[in-house]
Amino acid sequence: MVSKFKQALNSGKFVITTEVGPPKGTNLEQMLHHVDLIKDSVDAINVTDHQSSVMRFPSVGGCILLKEKGVEPILQMTCRDRNRLALQADLLFANYMGINNVLCLTGDAVPVGDHKEAKGVFDLDSVQLLKTVRLLESGKDLGGNDLDGAVSYCAGAIVTPEANPIEPQLVKFGKKVEAGAEFIQTQAIYDLDNFVKFMKHARQYDVKILAGIVLLSSARMAKYMTQNIPGIFVPQDLIDELDGAPKGEALAKGIEIAGRLIAALKKEAICDGVHIMAIGKEEVVPDILTAAGL
Amino acid sequence: MKSITKQKPAEEIQQLLKGLDRVFIAGCGTCATMTKTGGVDEVADMRLTLEKAGKLVTGTIVIPTACDDMTADALEQNKAAIDSANAILIMSCALGVHRISMYIKKPVIPALDTLFIGLEDSYGEFHEVCAQCGQCVLGETAGICPITACHKSLLNGPCGGTNDGKCEVDKNKDCAWTLIHNRLAEQKRLELMKKYQPPKNNQVVPRPKIAKIT
Repeated sequence: MVSKFKQALNSGKFVITTEVGPPKGTNLEQMLHHVDLIKDSVDAINVTDHQSSVMRFPSVGGCILLKEKGVEPILQMTCRDRNRLALQADLLFANYMGINNVLCLTGDAVPVGDHKEAKGVFDLDSVQLLKTVRLLESGKDLGGNDLDGAVSYCAGAIVTPEANPIEPQLVKFGKKVEAGAEFIQTQAIYDLDNFVKFMKHARQYDVKILAGIVLLSSARMAKYMTQNIPGIFVPQDLIDELDGAPKGEALAKGIEIAGRLIAALKKEAICDGVHIMAIGKEEVVPDILTAAGL
Repeated sequence: MKSITKQKPAEEIQQLLKGLDRVFIAGCGTCATMTKTGGVDEVADMRLTLEKAGKLVTGTIVIPTACDDMTADALEQNKAAIDSANAILIMSCALGVHRISMYIKKPVIPALDTLFIGLEDSYGEFHEVCAQCGQCVLGETAGICPITACHKSLLNGPCGGTNDGKCEVDKNKDCAWTLIHNRLAEQKRLELMKKYQPPKNNQVVPRPKIAKIT
């Protein structure tokens, strides 16, 4: 079955995805409230998988809840916490539950999270996980055995267009596409000139690219991300713009900046869509889209 | 081979020696001497520490290479002192602890934690070089091991956590895949990095690992 998200990717429209992070605990009220606010504005919603290596309600559980609401989920799956048996089993289970989009990730390192003494598994890496999805689709598992009932996924991966140096990342990007990635959601991009350069390279491959848009909620946050988050570079003029916003209006300025970026990406047909990461402010995703004129 | 060790915290050693008041101390003249964790000076310091803590040290020795079978002779030469002890406190890596426990029935207490097998870069600085995975990949990775030098042991290139050639876990550590990429590029062998590497066989020699030369 072709997923609704894949249909959107193939339709030629400017695709919009966003993401929600499940809570630490069983109270899903806020996450589902955010989903209700944004579900009609987007083509699909990612559910993160213990993001930043912090233990939370599982991604697959969040995806099932989205599915029950009629929302198209994208299952984020990292290689950090499960070996190849568990990853394959979860791919079978999720697909059985009607989830047919998966984002294959390596996963953040264990020591950056909140269970610092845990064992990092990494039995597979993101490229191998993509290959595994395609193998399960063919009716076989990694042990070479036949499956009784295969899976069908629209599989994707990520790339960091602002990485320094970029060359090693581009080699891996190529491997991800060759391994079966149909779509790429990028790490945050702010510098359009640099992103255009990346897209020139990416357009050699048959893969849909959704540019990552991370909402900047203040000048302080923008500076912090540039200094501390690998692969994120916020140009000084955007930081100055946020700094110059009247008191209490930095978030509104951040929404305006995100909207402006999205509008430019769409107008100039630079990429195939956007993936909006509002990081705790999911309720403003519709405002970002309005600011983008969508 | 160099086994890189670190002395256990004093409290942990005291705890392990609880109720064992007569102690024989054995150091190692090879790796643990080089890492200053079990050489002549460290064994002498440990003797003083234990005596201050009220222990009776029946004797000490620095075995030339604690992990090899000559250790049997070294222990035999110290038989009287060992016989009069309740336990042997061993200031070598775990290989030495195992070797000594083959010859001695008394409790063996490790004074060191064995961290990794590594090389000395410059005086007193070591880095891990081999995880003994049983399936060496160095021929395709420009002589840099991604199993040990990459935090996530990735086989198909860097993760997105790397920045400025450094690792997401520690900015003082190099990203293995940036090093591999750059060296392969220098060698004009970058096509090796573009090649898909399948999942690793983690059971080349299933544990418990044994080998027999035929």
